[in-house]
Amino acid sequence: MADIEREPTVIADNAHIVYRIYGSVAPGANSPLASLKRIVTGKKSAAVREVHAVKGASFVAYKGEAIGLIGSNGSGKSTLLRAIAGLLPVERGGGIFAAGQPSLLGVNAALMNDLSGERNVELGCLAMGMSPDEVKEQAPGIIDFSGINERGDFSSLPMKTYSSGMAARLRFSIAAAKKHDVLLIDEALATGDAKFRKRSEQRVRDLRKDAGTVFLVSHSEQSIRDTCERSIWLESGAIRADGPTDDVLKEYESFVNK
Amino acid sequence: MAQTAVAESDTGPSLTELARRHGLTKAGRLPSLPEYTRYLWSYRHFIAAFANAKVSASLGSTRLGVIWQLLTPLINAGVYYVIFGVLINTKQGVDNFIAYLCAGVFIFGFTQSVVQAGSQSITSNMALIRALHFPRASLPIAVTLVEVRNMIASMIVLVAIVLLTGEPITVEWLLVLPALLLQAVFNTGLALFVSRLVSKVTDIRQLIPYLMRIWMYGSAVLYPVTFFAERLHGWQLTLIEANPMLIFIELMRHALMENVELAQPAGLLWIQAIVWTVLVGLGGYVYFWRGEKGYGRG
Repeated sequence: MADIEREPTVIADNAHIVYRIYGSVAPGANSPLASLKRIVTGKKSAAVREVHAVKGASFVAYKGEAIGLIGSNGSGKSTLLRAIAGLLPVERGGGIFAAGQPSLLGVNAALMNDLSGERNVELGCLAMGMSPDEVKEQAPGIIDFSGINERGDFSSLPMKTYSSGMAARLRFSIAAAKKHDVLLIDEALATGDAKFRKRSEQRVRDLRKDAGTVFLVSHSEQSIRDTCERSIWLESGAIRADGPTDDVLKEYESFVNK
Repeated sequence: MAQTAVAESDTGPSLTELARRHGLTKAGRLPSLPEYTRYLWSYRHFIAAFANAKVSASLGSTRLGVIWQLLTPLINAGVYYVIFGVLINTKQGVDNFIAYLCAGVFIFGFTQSVVQAGSQSITSNMALIRALHFPRASLPIAVTLVEVRNMIASMIVLVAIVLLTGEPITVEWLLVLPALLLQAVFNTGLALFVSRLVSKVTDIRQLIPYLMRIWMYGSAVLYPVTFFAERLHGWQLTLIEANPMLIFIELMRHALMENVELAQPAGLLWIQAIVWTVLVGLGGYVYFWRGEKGYGRG
């Protein structure tokens, strides 16, 4: 590879990522007797289960690339994105390195359901590090883009009154309001109705122009094909293939249809 | 051409080396303490907005709304007065027992609610932590701000009670402000400390109500502080008189009321309050900062 003239923006060096989950215990494992036994024998609590979500991922992403992440459900795609964003720590291995601060653009960003859409826009923008002046300037645009006011004044109603599509659209609009060095997109293109999808794809293309590198997690092969020239296929936490999108998708399809 | 890129152990150092050569920073790197403090400061608007959002979210579903901020301390004081002032007489020669009791209940309640809310500030906002990048200390600090707001409402009630029970307004009332300020910083440190502790050892949360109850009994909230001097001696008495909550409560009683018997001279109380505030405030902040990168793991 000619990495002399190409500038790397994200490097993963044999990264292992482990989730710890509390309280998901098999029946009987949390009985007083079992707990006592654990304390006496000094074993790790069975109430803490570890999920080894990514097992030694290594890759180099370069400036100007758009990389699709594919794989079956639970293969560790979203976990890998979170680790690139620095939201989940890397357990073992060399670690993940990035230029600047990568931002995760997800539809799962939690907002406060008891508050109005307007207040959520304000809160979300502040949480992304905008100044209050920027927020004031951007807020009307964000609400317009989300289109929640198309059927009456919904932006002043609490978010719990929104349909799930409306809430997802608002979250996407908030997250897409900022420019990013390294942009990580998690299934965001699959949000909302057809009209909104078209609008959001255009927005992602605009963001791509400004961003150095884009990672896209999606189950829609079409949006991967449309946006990414390179793809990485993850299966049970390990990278199965990494290369041009067409080749990787072909391999992936033959694996799925087997 | 799709090449399989399963990690080989010998490719390790070269990739890390490549990252270093191009000046990439490690994702999830712990910033230095001054760096973190600046980062936190740049998020002050988020902290304030989050605290406000929490208040409106919790009061938004009630009919009386903000009035609850005044009603809650009033009802609280009423319950304690009926039980400890009327039914079980713990007065023991305190002239103005209602004011004495309320000062204790409100000051202790301030710290108690900060500890309770702080213990959940990380665990209950896990979705937000995993989705967005912001200094995590914003969350425990925001819940402390919510409680500061509640405390201001409590102080209005307390001042009304103190005046109605016949205490004069004196210059010493000005001491209320520095005392509350010290306690607020102390509470912030405590919230930071418990939020990390609970996010690491979730079992602690089950213990917190009992720990807080024991702490309350050791802080002379429901009975006069002279109760301890009559029953405890030597190191036991020294230990209980060094209790920071006892000190904050005494400072408030001393500031608002005439003729209150203090366990120690006022000057000594102030020095101890400052030492505790610096110790817990800084200690809690440093302890929380050291865990900054692990909160997303759960």
